[in-house]
Amino acid sequence: MLTKRISLFAGHYGSGKTNIAVNCALCAREAGQNVTIADLDIVNPYFRTKDSEALLKRHGIGLVCSEYANTNLDIPALPKELYAILARRDSAVIMDIGGDDRGAVALGRYTPMILEENDYDMFFVANFYRPLTRTPEEMIQIMREIETASGLPFTAIINNSNLAGDTQADTVTDTVGKARELSRITGLPIRATCVEQRLFESLKDQIPDLVPLHLQEKYFDIVNGGI
Amino acid sequence: MAEKVLMKGNEAIAEAAIRAGCRHYFGYPITPQTEIAAYMAKKMPKIGGTFLQAESEIAAINMVYGVSSAGFRVMTSSSSPGVSLKSEGLSYLAGCDLPALVVNVQRGGPGLGGIQPSQSDYFMATKGGGHGDFRMIVLAPASVQEMAGLTFKAFELADQYRMTAMLLADGTLGQMMEAITFPETEVRTFDKPWAVTGTQMKRPHNIINSLALVPDVLEKMNFDRYKKYAEIEEKEPMYESYMMDDAEICVVAFGIASRVSKNAIMAARAEGIKVGMIRPITLWPFPTKALAEAAQKCRAFVSVELNMGQMIEDVRLATGCARPVSLCNRAGGMIPTPDHVLASIREANKGGN
Repeated sequence: MLTKRISLFAGHYGSGKTNIAVNCALCAREAGQNVTIADLDIVNPYFRTKDSEALLKRHGIGLVCSEYANTNLDIPALPKELYAILARRDSAVIMDIGGDDRGAVALGRYTPMILEENDYDMFFVANFYRPLTRTPEEMIQIMREIETASGLPFTAIINNSNLAGDTQADTVTDTVGKARELSRITGLPIRATCVEQRLFESLKDQIPDLVPLHLQEKYFDIVNGGI
Repeated sequence: MAEKVLMKGNEAIAEAAIRAGCRHYFGYPITPQTEIAAYMAKKMPKIGGTFLQAESEIAAINMVYGVSSAGFRVMTSSSSPGVSLKSEGLSYLAGCDLPALVVNVQRGGPGLGGIQPSQSDYFMATKGGGHGDFRMIVLAPASVQEMAGLTFKAFELADQYRMTAMLLADGTLGQMMEAITFPETEVRTFDKPWAVTGTQMKRPHNIINSLALVPDVLEKMNFDRYKKYAEIEEKEPMYESYMMDDAEICVVAFGIASRVSKNAIMAARAEGIKVGMIRPITLWPFPTKALAEAAQKCRAFVSVELNMGQMIEDVRLATGCARPVSLCNRAGGMIPTPDHVLASIREANKGGN
């Protein structure tokens, strides 16, 4: 799925960027690459890459994130090491961008370095079940806002449409048409469609470029089930 | 059947409020409720509504006072320290008998505290909220679906009884994402002949004011208000009864604590312990009768809370201290694990008869 040195994941918040970023980092690492994952989310201090810190460490993946991430300090600080990993060009870099244009503002300061190197993909992560992005048109609005805020154009789409634990096979197949429409209007290719591992077998022959995801553990998982 | 969407609890509140007819939102950002304001900022301009980020929480609650006086559905939202700032306004709303929805997505305290989930504003919501003798209707959702459902309910109760309804959630519920549907039922609205809408020279002025300098007049207003509260305590308590048919141990938990507790109850049942749960959905009015009845047959109660033990006082009052009530709690942004609750259930099961 990743072909460039720098892979950026952006989109509407809550569309699953962090989960996909962590999965991609693990995949690239398994393929033998040096990988660094960078958490640029300065908007939401709750769900973030740092939740997977132990897992990433176990696999020898570098994590660059605000030193205040997952603390009780709600400060929109960026990690100083980011300039270094962009300048050194010695490892694959996966960047998890905060949601919407507000999150993408933080990316803007690195845009000149990314454009200069010109070896990047910027993925638009789309979940058509999120309330403000139900249609291709609404998706495009968010997409343009992010591009304006970051100064970087998207290069591909990742369809990550899901209803969390309620996702069934047809939950995903129902969005294939919308994703194609989004691709047609924007001229961007659909690089992948992501599904939870449990749905992969039943869908792999129906949807091209299907990628199975392992869900990231969250602090809140202990409240699941009891409903 | 309406289509499912994947929503954060905070977004579900905002969308439900809009569907309930709220076109005026005033707030100020604070984690972990900021998505409510962010959602309103995106949506309100598209539907001819008002989103306004006020200069402070105090300003926001007073804007709520103004719009409510004009008879419109209106809301504000914040998290614990921000709700403290609103307390003067809450008291003024009560003094004027104005309906409003106030959302508190709680975080750990006291003081500036932390940003992780907590239930430590139970006292503030159910006992105080501001100076003077008054109550707020307090609703405690336990899922994203209920965040939406209780938002509709809160607006209706607020209008019906002309008082503030507070949605008391926590950081977990605000942030977690679940697939939900919105009800397609008709929204109940209420006539507001008291609203300040212009007399058209056809009626006397409606005056919205909480200043009452004549003691016996002010006393009567208080007594009348408490008659209304008594009616609400009689008619409006809501709770969920979970596995209580044969229960000997009764867990009492609201909001996110109830979800952890359900996991613990399943585990305890597997060990042969007869345990159930009463989950208050309205924290005021508290489901006193349900707990008093449970005290007739349960040997012991366990109050599970994300605070230092606040609701436990109401559990003891409701059960007349007839049975031992123990506390299972974490605080400061920590959440009790199912194992932690299970240990408390086992302990409660050992004692009493």
